[in-house]
Amino acid sequence: MSFVVPKESFNGKVLAVDFGKDDKALAIGGETCLPFLSFEGEVPNKPVIAYEIQDCAPDDWPDTVKNVYKEVSGDPVTWAKYCQNELKAKAIALRLASTHPDRGDRSAEDAAKTVKDVLSAVQVPLIILGSNHIEKDASVLVAAAQAASANNCIIGKAQEGNYKTIVAAALAHNHKLIAMSELDINLAKQLNILITQMGFDKAKLITDPMCAALGYGLEYTYSVMERIRLAGLAQNDPTMQPPIVGDVGMYVWKIKETVASETDVPDWGTLEDRGIAWETVTATSMVLAGTNLLIMRHPKAVENVEKTISELV
Amino acid sequence: MIIIGEKISVIAKKVREAMNARDPKPIQELALAQWKAGAHFIDVNIGPAEENGEDLMKWMVESIQQVVQAPLCLDTTNTSALEAGLKVHNNAWGKALINSTSNEPDRFAMLELAAKYNSLCIALTLGKGSLPADAEERCGIAAEIMARAAEYGVPMEDLYLDPLILQVCTMQDQTMHAIKAVKMFQELNDPPMKTIVGLSNVSNGVPKDMRSLIDRVYLSLLMYEGLTAAIANPLDKDLMNVVKTTDLFLGNTLYAHSYLEM
Repeated sequence: MSFVVPKESFNGKVLAVDFGKDDKALAIGGETCLPFLSFEGEVPNKPVIAYEIQDCAPDDWPDTVKNVYKEVSGDPVTWAKYCQNELKAKAIALRLASTHPDRGDRSAEDAAKTVKDVLSAVQVPLIILGSNHIEKDASVLVAAAQAASANNCIIGKAQEGNYKTIVAAALAHNHKLIAMSELDINLAKQLNILITQMGFDKAKLITDPMCAALGYGLEYTYSVMERIRLAGLAQNDPTMQPPIVGDVGMYVWKIKETVASETDVPDWGTLEDRGIAWETVTATSMVLAGTNLLIMRHPKAVENVEKTISELV
Repeated sequence: MIIIGEKISVIAKKVREAMNARDPKPIQELALAQWKAGAHFIDVNIGPAEENGEDLMKWMVESIQQVVQAPLCLDTTNTSALEAGLKVHNNAWGKALINSTSNEPDRFAMLELAAKYNSLCIALTLGKGSLPADAEERCGIAAEIMARAAEYGVPMEDLYLDPLILQVCTMQDQTMHAIKAVKMFQELNDPPMKTIVGLSNVSNGVPKDMRSLIDRVYLSLLMYEGLTAAIANPLDKDLMNVVKTTDLFLGNTLYAHSYLEM
């Protein structure tokens, strides 16, 4: 008797979301099976990696990753062009970090101008992120959404405390939207319900269940992502079918393992390799859990993860 | 949990009048309201329909599917009327459900139609003689119907076994027999047989203001034993909320604070 591969099929489907425009536009999601199990269903789109840049110098990044961008990171436009032209980034994630009250408190108008400048300098799709300050993001992301009108960007992150204004702005200017909740699948579902009840199309939504680095709660992120996928596919829960984003870089490049010097911990190996390995492993785990879009920092880590993805697809 | 909306029935005066006058509006409104309230199928009960049954069922199916993108449950003892309905039923939104075959010889033809039109079929575990005494007797009848379905070429996954719900106010012990039968029916096949009930039978004869309570508590118990589908009133919001909440406890849906609104 020959061996027959047992196959699981699902009624549900991950929603496909496109962003960007013209020939640089990208699509994520759309799969009808668990990650990379293409023998069980359709996998129309590969996970996409976006390079993270900031609207101010990355003073909070460790040297190993800061040095990669030291010639370009003084200006977001130059930085964005470098990612697109030299690193061949498929997408760029612009974090409006300097709008945070503790990091310069730049105004929403300033942020909007940065968005416009970056958009006119690059052609690859843009993800526009706030500074993760609930109140400030509500005004910054509204201005950014308007400045990016007609560019089909992804904006985020809408959270329980500020989603109303951000959703309205994404709706008015026709952007895709990241909905973020803090490592809780039921809250993730609830936020998606509230957002769609405002008339926002669930097919334009991306779920951020919140990231954690390897060694700092990655298994919680992994488990929530996996359960979101299963709810969307096996239970056919429409609120759990948007693609998932993993904002990896900001959680990896601040932990001890990516920061501690070689003199402090000589038996941990070289600092640079350590950081790259940490971002690679964290991001790879998330892709295996079902992440469709990654936001990353180090080009070598991006290269590693892209290689793994192309081998698995 | 699959809900089959029961409101379009010849027993209701408004529906009967609309049927006789071939006035689609009241029927379409009722179908739409049930569908929006979460019904997966719309039951179309035209009764025995001895006169013009074929024309009536055809008209009902077409009128309802003009406004509702859902499969219908065709409910009549008139075989030729049933066939007329199956012929025009739009399967794009799912297979039609025949209501129903049983162990009575004049209901065998329903299985033939289910095979011919690739439809689902309810099998009422009722024989020729008296009512089934208990769950075991219901299983015996179910096994006979399943064997017959196989002969006619109806796949087991298209058969919905109905334990026959009886009134709590006159046959209290039967309510528990039916629950046990739902559990036992599933063991008659692998994968488990699907099960269905005509829920509101349980509260027939009890004071009107208690019917919804009795229906929804009973449904929750049946769901716990693995019930697949119920013919019920989707416009009863309390009942639908109990369905959604029971589905949560059974792990069929994921909790969120707004789960009742989904």
